[in-house]
Amino acid sequence: MKIATRFWVSLVLSLPMLIEMILMPFTNFMLPGGHWTMFVLTTLVMLISARPFVTSAWASFQKHHSNMDTLVAIGTATAYIYSIYAMLTGKAVFFESAAFVITFVLLGQVLEEKMRDNASDAIEKLVNLQAKEAEVQRDGQFVKIPLAEIVAGDLIRVKPGQKVAVDGTIVEGTSTIDESMVTGESMPVSKAKGDNVIGSTINSNGTFIFKAEKVGDDTMLAQIVELVKKAQNSHAPIQNLTDKVSDIFVPVVLIIAIATFLVWYVILGANVADALIFAVSVMVIACPCALGLATPTALMVGTGRGAKMGILIKNGEVLEAVNDVKTVVFDKTGTITVGKPEVTDVIGDTKQIIAVAAGLEESSEHPLATAILTYAKAQAITAKPVQDFQAIEGKGVQAQVEGQKAFVGNDKLLADVQISADLKAQMQTLQNEAKTVVFVGLNNQVIGLIAIQDAPKATSKAAMAALHARGLKTVMLTGDNQRVAESIAKQVGIDEVIADVLPADKADHIKHLQHSGSVAFVGDGINDAPALTTANVGIAMGSGTDIAIDSGGIVLIKNDLRDVDTALALSKKTFNRIKLNLFWAFIYNVLGIPVAAGLFYGLGLTLSPEIAGLAMAFSSLSVVTSSVLLGKTKISAHPATV
Amino acid sequence: MTKIIVLIVGIALIGFIIWWFFGKHEIATGTAKVTNNHQDIDIEVKGGYSPEEVVLEHGVPATLHFTRKDASSCLDHVVFSDFGINQALPQDKQVAVNIDTSKPGEYTWACGMDMFHGKVIIK
Repeated sequence: MKIATRFWVSLVLSLPMLIEMILMPFTNFMLPGGHWTMFVLTTLVMLISARPFVTSAWASFQKHHSNMDTLVAIGTATAYIYSIYAMLTGKAVFFESAAFVITFVLLGQVLEEKMRDNASDAIEKLVNLQAKEAEVQRDGQFVKIPLAEIVAGDLIRVKPGQKVAVDGTIVEGTSTIDESMVTGESMPVSKAKGDNVIGSTINSNGTFIFKAEKVGDDTMLAQIVELVKKAQNSHAPIQNLTDKVSDIFVPVVLIIAIATFLVWYVILGANVADALIFAVSVMVIACPCALGLATPTALMVGTGRGAKMGILIKNGEVLEAVNDVKTVVFDKTGTITVGKPEVTDVIGDTKQIIAVAAGLEESSEHPLATAILTYAKAQAITAKPVQDFQAIEGKGVQAQVEGQKAFVGNDKLLADVQISADLKAQMQTLQNEAKTVVFVGLNNQVIGLIAIQDAPKATSKAAMAALHARGLKTVMLTGDNQRVAESIAKQVGIDEVIADVLPADKADHIKHLQHSGSVAFVGDGINDAPALTTANVGIAMGSGTDIAIDSGGIVLIKNDLRDVDTALALSKKTFNRIKLNLFWAFIYNVLGIPVAAGLFYGLGLTLSPEIAGLAMAFSSLSVVTSSVLLGKTKISAHPATV
Repeated sequence: MTKIIVLIVGIALIGFIIWWFFGKHEIATGTAKVTNNHQDIDIEVKGGYSPEEVVLEHGVPATLHFTRKDASSCLDHVVFSDFGINQALPQDKQVAVNIDTSKPGEYTWACGMDMFHGKVIIK
C-alpha cells in the first residue's frame, strides 16, 4: 500500500478520536461506544497503516539492525497493547496516542517524499534537454532518425529553432546558437564553419550542417549529467558523523526509553500508565531520519542549482574544502587571458624570422606556436623544413634548418645563446607592454624577436574584485616572463605574481602556498592538472583539456572567471545549509528527548506521544524544506563590475 | 515486590538490546553467479539487505538485482555514492543495478536516508 493511502486511512480513523479529545474538556462529549469504539478505530489503524512499520522493524531486528520504524513500531505497539490491558481492567486508556502518532509520522513521510522528488529533479531536467531526433544524411538524403541511431561521423542538418542533437563541428552554414542550457551563458553565440556545436543547444536563425563527433555517453551533456549524478550522491565528510550516530542511535534511544520508564515507575512511584507515556514519547520524538536527510538533500539541491548556472561541483568534499580557502591561484594563459595569443610585433627580418619560427613551431603544441603559425599564414610566409626536432622543456624548441641549428624559445634560453644589446633593449620595451617575447635564432645567435600578446578576458578584472571583496588573496602562477605577468596582473588587479614557473613546478608552488592556508587553483591546461589535484579546491575551466576537467573538483562551463566567485558563494551556501540542517536535526533530538522523558515535569513542561510524533514529522520536513529553499536563495551571480 | 521484578526485567532488557545490536554478529555475504561472462546476484531488501556483502569478480560485468519487500520509505532508494547511482526501488519489483567492476576495491551502498548499509567487494 502506498504511504499516502496509509496516511489517509489513519487520518480518517483518527479524526473521531481527535474531535473527542478537543471537545471533551468543554462538553464532556464521549464517542458513542466509549473505549470500545476507540479500540476498534485504533486496531484498524494499527492493522492497516502501522503494520508495515512493524514488519520492517521486525525484519531489520532479525538482522541486528534498527531504524526509525523500530522506534515507531515499539512506541505505538506499547501504547496500543497497554491500552487493551487498561480497557479490560477498567483503567485509563490512551489508544488515541498510538493512532495519532501513526498519522503524524505518515504525514511527515508523505510530505517528505514530495520534497525529496522536488530536490532531485535537476537531473531529470538536464536529461530532458536532449533532442529526440535529428535530420541525418543517409544515402545522400537528409532523413529524420531517432537520437540513439546517430553515429560519430554522421552529417546532421539543423534548421532554425531545432535542437542540435549531438556534439560536433559545423561543416557548412552559419547561425547563432543558444547554449544557455549547457553553459549557463545567456547570450546566443554565433557559429560558422569549423566551430564546435554542443548537443542539446538550440539553433536560432540559420540552417547549418555539422559532423557528429561525440554521441551517446560521450556528449558534453551526458558527461555533465554523469558528473551531477555523482556529485548529488556523493558523501560529504561531515556526513561521516551522522553515519556513526545513526548506527547506534536507535538502540540507545530504546535504552533511554526503558530507563525513563524504570525511573518514573520504580523510583518516582508514578503509575504504570504515566510512566509508559513518558517512555513512548521518548521513542517517538527520537526518530533520527532528519539527521539522515540533512546532508544529502542539501547536496542535491546545491549541486543541481550549480549545474543550471554552468558550475559543476563534483562532490561533497569540494563543498567542504571551499569553506577554508584563503588564497585563489590562477593560471594565466586561457584562464585570466583569452588564451588566443596574437603576434603583435616582429623585430628583425620578418620574412626570415617567421619562416624559421613557423618551421620549428609546426610540431609544437604550445599556445604561442599557434599564434606564430596563424601569423605566418596571414603573411603568406612558407615555413622552412626542419629536421631533428627537439623540445627543450620550459625553454623552447630546437631543430636543424637548412644545415644550421635553429631555435625558438623564451628568455630562459638566453643563458645559452647570445643576443645583441639593441635586441635586448627592444625586448624589455615589449615586455613592459605585457607582450611575451619569443627569441628566434640560428647558431646560438638571436636573429630576431617575435612579440606575442594574449589579452586578459573582459571579465577577469571584475572576477578579481569580487574575490577581494570576499577577503581572498589572489595569485597568478605562470610560466611566462615576470614583466609580462606583472603587467597582466596590474591590468586585472591580482595581488601576487609567481612567474617563470616550469610546468612541472606548478604543483610545488601550490604546496608552498598551502603553508599559509587552503588554496584553490583555477586552470585549464594539461600542465595544470597536477596543480588542480594538489590544491585543496581545483577549479577547471570548461574550455580546458579533458584531463584538466577530470582533475578539477569544480568545472566552470562558461569559462567566465567571475564564476569562480559564484562557485565559492554557492559552495559556501550549500555547506552552511548542511550545517544548519544538522543543527536542526540534532536540536530536535537533543532537546526533545529530555523533555519527552519528563525531565522538566516539575516545570510543567511535558510532551505527549502525539505531540512528539508531530514534532518528529516536522523535524524531517523542516530539514528537507530548508534544503529545497537553498534552490531559491539569492546567490549574486555576478557582482557589479568595478 | 512488583517494582523490583519490573526493575530486573527492565535492566535485563537493556542488557539484551546492547548485546543484540552492538555485539558481534555474522553478516550475510553472497558471491555472484557467473554465467556467460556476466555476474548476477539477487538482493532482498527487507529490514536491510540480504546479503549485505556481495563479492564480485574483477573485470566481469555485474548486475545486482534488488527486490524491495519492505514498505518502509527508508529503503525506497539505493545509493551507490562511488558510482553516482541513486536508484528508486518500487516495492515488490526487481530492479537491476549495473556495477562497474573495472576497479577492485570495497564500495558501500546505502538506503536513501543512509540508515542501512551494504557493501560490494570487487576482487
